[in-house]
This record gives sequence, C-alpha cells and structure tokens, in this order.
Amino acid sequence: MLDTFIIPLLKIVVLLNAILISVTFMVLMERKVIAWAQSRLGPMRVGPYGVLQAIVDPIKLILKEDITPVKADKMLFSLAPILSLVPALVAFAVVPFGGDELFYVADINVGLLFFLSVTSIGVYGIILAGWASNSKYPLLASLRASAQLISYEIAVTMTLVSLILTAGTLSMVGIVEAQLTDGVWYGFVQPVAFVLVLIGGLAETNRVPFDLPEAETELTGGFHTEYSGMRFSLFFLAEYANIIVISAVTAILFFGGWLRPFPNVEALAFLDLIPGWIWLFSKIFLFLYLFMWIRATLPRYRYDQLMRIGWKLLIPIALANIVVTGIVKVLV
Amino acid sequence: MAEAIAFYTLSILILGLGVAVITTPRTVHSVVFLVLNFLCVAVLYVVLRAEFLAVIQILVYAGGIVVLYLFVVMLVNLKRQPEEHQDPRRLAKIGLGLSGAMLVELAAIVVYSYSREPSSVTAPSPAFPVQGNVEQLGWLLYTDYLIPFEVASVLLLVAMVGAIILARREL
Amino acid sequence: MDSIEAYVPILLFVLVATGFALFTLIVSALVSSSKYNKVKLEPYECGIEPETDARDRYSVRYYLIAMLFVIFDVETVFMFPWAVIMDELALFGLIEMLVFIFILVLGYVYAWRKGALEWV
Repeated sequence: MLDTFIIPLLKIVVLLNAILISVTFMVLMERKVIAWAQSRLGPMRVGPYGVLQAIVDPIKLILKEDITPVKADKMLFSLAPILSLVPALVAFAVVPFGGDELFYVADINVGLLFFLSVTSIGVYGIILAGWASNSKYPLLASLRASAQLISYEIAVTMTLVSLILTAGTLSMVGIVEAQLTDGVWYGFVQPVAFVLVLIGGLAETNRVPFDLPEAETELTGGFHTEYSGMRFSLFFLAEYANIIVISAVTAILFFGGWLRPFPNVEALAFLDLIPGWIWLFSKIFLFLYLFMWIRATLPRYRYDQLMRIGWKLLIPIALANIVVTGIVKVLV
Repeated sequence: MAEAIAFYTLSILILGLGVAVITTPRTVHSVVFLVLNFLCVAVLYVVLRAEFLAVIQILVYAGGIVVLYLFVVMLVNLKRQPEEHQDPRRLAKIGLGLSGAMLVELAAIVVYSYSREPSSVTAPSPAFPVQGNVEQLGWLLYTDYLIPFEVASVLLLVAMVGAIILARREL
Repeated sequence: MDSIEAYVPILLFVLVATGFALFTLIVSALVSSSKYNKVKLEPYECGIEPETDARDRYSVRYYLIAMLFVIFDVETVFMFPWAVIMDELALFGLIEMLVFIFILVLGYVYAWRKGALEWV
C-alpha cells in the first residue's frame, strides 16, 4: 500500500510543484534572455530586477475573466486545454532525475515509447481547441499546427530508432546506464540523431523557427485566439512543460542524464562529488537556454518550407541514420 | 482480485465509451469518445501485461489513426442531413446481419476455447534468448513470423499508394 | 520490477494531473471577474461581424499528411522491437530490416515523385 500508492503520490505532488514553479520562472527567464539579446532590460518593475514577476503573472491569469464565445462548442472548449496539459505533465512520469528509485516516478520497460505516445496525445488539445472555438483563425492555426506536429513526430520517432540501436533498451534508466557502461554520452556516438531530435523538439513544441501555429502576424494568436483567463493559462503551461520535458529527455538520451562529463575518464572522478540530479538539472537548463537563444536569433519559416524540411530532409536523414547505425553495429 | 476489479471496471468503461461513440449526434464528439475508448483499451493491455501493445495502441491508434479521423471529419464538414435516396431501413438490415455474424463468431470462439484441452493453454512458452516483453515480441516477429512482417511492409506500401491516388484527383 | 506495479504511479499521475487542471479551472471560475458584453462573446474576426461559419471545408492535403503519418508511424513502430534485440539478431536481422526499409523507401519515393510531399 505504502510503496504502491503513497510514495509515488508524494513524488508526483513534489514533481508537479517543481514543474509549475519552473514554468513560472522560465517565462521570466525567457523574457530576460530575449531582452538582453535585444539590448533591453526586460521586466524590472516587480521586485528586484523583476524577479517577483514570476509570482505576479500566475495570480493575474487566475483573476482574469474566462470567456467562452457564444458560437463555441462548450464541452470541447473546456476539454481542449485539459487534453493539452495532462499529456504534457504525464510525460514527466518516465523521466528519471537520477539512477536511484527515489528520483523517478516510474521506470517501465517501454519508457521511451511511452514518452513518445503520451506526447502524441497532446495534438488533440490543439485540434479540438481550434474546432471548438468555431472561429476562423484558430481553426486554420490548429489544422496547421496538428499537421506540423504529426510531420515532425515521424522524424523524431524514426531518429530515436537509431538511438535505441545503440542503447539496446527502451527504458530511460536503462539508456543512461548503457551510456555509463559504454563510457560515452550518446550525443557523441549519434551526433546526427541529436541534431534531428533537437530540430524535431523545436517543431514539436511550436518554438521559433517553427512557431507557425502562433504566427501572430498572420493568424492573430494561433489556435488559442479565443481563449482567455485560466483556460489560456493551461495551454501556456502545457507548452512550457513540453519544452522542459523535451529538454530533459534530450539530456537523458544524448547527454548522459545524471552522469558527469566523460564518465569513463577516471581522472575526472572528483566530479562525482556533485550529485547526479544537479548534473541533469544543469543540462536541462542549458537546453532551455538554447531554446530561448534560438528564439532570439532565428526568423520564422514559411509553412511550405517547414513541411519540406520535415518530410524531404529530416525523414530521409533519419532513415539513412538507422541504416548506417545498423550496418556499423553488425560490422563492429 | 485487484486485476479482476481493474478488468471489469475497464470493460464497463470501454463498452460505455463505445456506446457513446455511436450514439453521439455530433461527429467530433464521437471522435473524442473514441480517443478515450482507445486509451482505456491501452490500460487494459497493461493489465494483461502486454506493455508494448499498450504503448502502440496509444501511439498508433489514439495518436495517429484518430487524428486522421478527425482531419477527415473536419475536412468533409458534415452539416447536411443524410441523402434522401438512402433507405435507412436497408442500412439497418445490413447492420443487423453484420452484428448477427459477429455474435455467431464470438459464440464460436467461446465454445471453441472452452472445449479445448486446458493443457494446450498452459503449454510451455518457447525458450527466448532475450528477456522482456518488447524483446520477446521482437524475437518472435523477426524469426518465426518473418514472412508476415515483410508482407506487412508491402501492405503498407499499397496503403500509401492508395492514399496518394485517392487524394491526387484533388491535388 | 513487476511489470504491472510500475504502471500504477503513471495512472496516479494521470489522475493527479487531471485533478490539478480541473482544480485550477474551478478556483479561477470562483475568483475571476465576469462582465457580460455581447460583442466580447463573438468569434474574433478583426473587429467586424463574422459573415460565414468558420467550419468550412479544408484542403485535402491535410488528409494526405495524416494518412502518410499513420503509415510511417506503423513502419517506425516495427523498427523498435528490432532495434532492442539487434545484438541477438545480428546480420540476419540487419538484412531483414534493410528489405523492410527498401520497401518503405519505394513508397516514399513514389510519394515524393507524385508530389504528395509538396505543400504549395
């Protein structure tokens, strides 16, 4: 009873709170990073250097009026944000923050596939939001967004096959342990796969340069144009939770998770004094920063360019990567 | 005991959602019920210890095929009433016939599986050189069931060609 | 680890996440302000009154993309069980998968040549 329900429940509550706090501060961080990239100061009013902005923003969103347009489908209009948020949060269930059982909610044999399938459910939030709004811009945006998501999902899923070839297991904990046994981060063994997953991750989270679903210059606010107040915040939360989980999974798959750099070099053993979860958190932080850096740097792709990159560039490279990895594995 | 409770709860949920899918007048709502239905089926697979099948159920059915349904529903935009020249009773007759055939088939399966020797059910499973659900499934698929696997790829090729030809008239 | 025990926390997570989403919606509904205004409740259309229904018919390309997605998805799913036991299957497994990928590439090339991957 205790082991099956109470302890996992405690872990889930702690994790959920950690995600929520990270998201609020991540929004602040993003505003600051982009401001600095553009030689601005960013939020400065609330608290020293605007730090308290992270606390004020959620309160503001809770107090805002939540509008349901008259022509909207009431049931689906409320269901869509929930369908968007729940998969984004549940994906964290299989993310190990350390090798010990204390640091993950569940380690299942099919962990990586579970992660992929749960994130693939998130597309319903977007389609249904657009359809339920019964408004032109959101509907167009949601169709575009869902076509984008499924196109890049293929590329990412295919790419991960070559990683699984290297690791030989689908369990997330197992993949990190395989990197320890092999003595190398798989980012160095599979650099092509890493770049593909990074590009796919940008597209799956609707980030610049693939932020077509929210292209404010042509589709006003994207699929959540009609949303306001708390239901809008849930979409917002889902988007940022997705960015964090993709950063975490990329760090685990390609950058050794909680392992220190060069896990096979004995001379660096003193680095083990730093606990594993700090290593993982720093890696996640670097990826989050990279996402923001890219947003501050790159312009947006056109929709036909985006589709061409997904179907005509990433998929052939991913397939070729599988074939090359397989051949190398048999030869070596 | 816990498994039995889980099984019957899930079965009731799956059946209930299935009924909701076919009785809801709005097509998009019924697609949503279908997604929930598929998710419950995935949980049922987990209870039956078919982990790989469970994630595939979510990845391919809930996350792929139903997205296709949703696109089609939104594409054709069923606002009109059904065509008048269609006789609803004719459809009812076909439906009755099909469900009757289904019922006979189910009964046959039940009778067959009960009449079979129980020893054959508990036959020792083949020895696997690998451990784990996905690994053992892969081993069977890529050794004993090699031909069906390669045929599946041809089937998928046909599906792809078919989809393109169907849509090409519009392109 | 027993396979089914490991899934209980995931089910709990789904319940907690759904509960959290509902809870925030309810709390917000209790504390947020609400003022009725007819114009506010109309669908957004750059300030003018909406003329037609938003749910019109859309390009068949979306159908094609979704169909190709399902096919590629199924093909990729076949590769996962192969990838985890590649060590045991060795050369035999590689040849099997090369044949499979070759047939997949045939379809892919067909789709490319027919312009199904274009978005104009």
